[in-house]
Amino acid sequence: MIAATGLRAAPPPSPAAAVAVIDLKGVTKVYAGTDGGSVYALGPVDLRIEPGSFVSVVGPSGCGKSTLLRLVAGLEMPDQGTMQRYGAPLDGPSHEVGIVFQEHVLFPWISVLENVLLPADVLSLPKAASSERAMRLLEMTGLKDFANLRPQMLSGGMKQRAAFCRAMLSDPRLLLLDEPFGALDALTREELSLELSRLWQDLGRTALLITHDIEEAILLGDRILIMSDRPGTIRAEIAVDLPRPRNAETVKLPRFQEIKYQVRDIIFNRAQA
Amino acid sequence: MAASSSSKFVKRAATPLIYLALLALWELLAHLLKVPTWILPAPSTIFEAAVKWAPELAHNTWVTLRETVVGFLLAIVLSLPLSILISLNPLARQLLYPILLGLQSVPKVAVAPLVILWFGLSEWPKIIVVVLVCFFPILVNMVAGLEAVPKTMLDLMRSLGASPHKVFRRLRVPVALPHFFTGCKVAVTFAVIGAVISEFVAAQDGLGYLILISTAQSQTPLAFAAIALLTVLSIALFHGIEFLERHVVDWTP
Repeated sequence: MIAATGLRAAPPPSPAAAVAVIDLKGVTKVYAGTDGGSVYALGPVDLRIEPGSFVSVVGPSGCGKSTLLRLVAGLEMPDQGTMQRYGAPLDGPSHEVGIVFQEHVLFPWISVLENVLLPADVLSLPKAASSERAMRLLEMTGLKDFANLRPQMLSGGMKQRAAFCRAMLSDPRLLLLDEPFGALDALTREELSLELSRLWQDLGRTALLITHDIEEAILLGDRILIMSDRPGTIRAEIAVDLPRPRNAETVKLPRFQEIKYQVRDIIFNRAQA
Repeated sequence: MAASSSSKFVKRAATPLIYLALLALWELLAHLLKVPTWILPAPSTIFEAAVKWAPELAHNTWVTLRETVVGFLLAIVLSLPLSILISLNPLARQLLYPILLGLQSVPKVAVAPLVILWFGLSEWPKIIVVVLVCFFPILVNMVAGLEAVPKTMLDLMRSLGASPHKVFRRLRVPVALPHFFTGCKVAVTFAVIGAVISEFVAAQDGLGYLILISTAQSQTPLAFAAIALLTVLSIALFHGIEFLERHVVDWTP
């Protein structure tokens, strides 16, 4: 069993509970095309993420869902609309936001532990406390014995676990997951999604997951936002009323299948939710 | 197990054995065909000359080695800051890079007589030729290396709010290191050639000078001994860098 004692986020003060973690209004993103024209990648999109919730975004590839995540991460700025993070303008990356990218993006020249400690190094956090926290995160994810190995010695699933530890190191209030299991095989995917679901519940964070995998979106999310083709807009929202903690049995529930077909219908048949 | 260790032995022994066989063939042919020593001496004759002239060979090897290494290190000292400037500053890149790439096309060996004309008969003109020859491969590879950072890694550093200084130290430098060593390996082989060429042009010592005077005096075995030493020098420097690379860049397969 996993012990998350001491890693749980402090409960937010009650007035802050009313403030959305992320609040996007009418956000659009346009890229310059190769032929000199413009490519409408996204929007307009409204997105509100409440504290403590897990929001999954599903959509066909190329619908701009990664662009949405990059905007929420502060890695890119919108062309129109407003973005707020905890009630303040969102105008750049923040250490209160942890990101797990599609590729693990671990540096091969340092050990797994040093990779997990990268945010502490970059943000000049106190060394001893960070190392202790890093080791606890590695223990939670079953990587303790691999802390001093180089990441290239790890399997795909273990690398992504290490990337998760790195994202959690600075104790972020919001976790952004950009198809974090996309590069993994099907079995590892399911195992890791369940593990992430459990970790997320234990740690009590807010999370935004971008994925093209419907089952993954349902298994992890409190609500699912379904995006249209490019330019991506949010065409439907479905609340996932499945009990937590979720596990391998959750997938077999009739309600799970119901939601799955509902999402599929919206994506493939363009049906209205 | 036994099979794999014996095949490993064959692999290891193959190269030296081929060299030995070629030397034996050379020795045999030199004697059988009665080739005059001043045209093509047998390996044994070269070895005898090497032993006889050992102190001179040692002194001149030292001179060439010193020119090569000092020039090579100076080239690193000069090209590293320039490569950083070019890769980080778009204006510097626009102004400097075309000039440097243009200069790279000038055959450095052809400039050697001029360098000696300008800097006289000391050790320096030779070192300067070595610097000229080594400078570009290191610079070009280093610039490429500093720019080879994957976008995903840059995104990660940006998302952590890393300062440009941290991005440079924690990301650009490690990514550039393998490229740097590639440049060094190319450069060090050129460095030996640069030193010898400048010794050909004007010098009182060094292995290049020794080859020049020994051939002029029909001391062909001594010239061969000097060439053999140059080859060994070149190989040793190359492997020295490779050894360093293996210990510094220990993350690439």
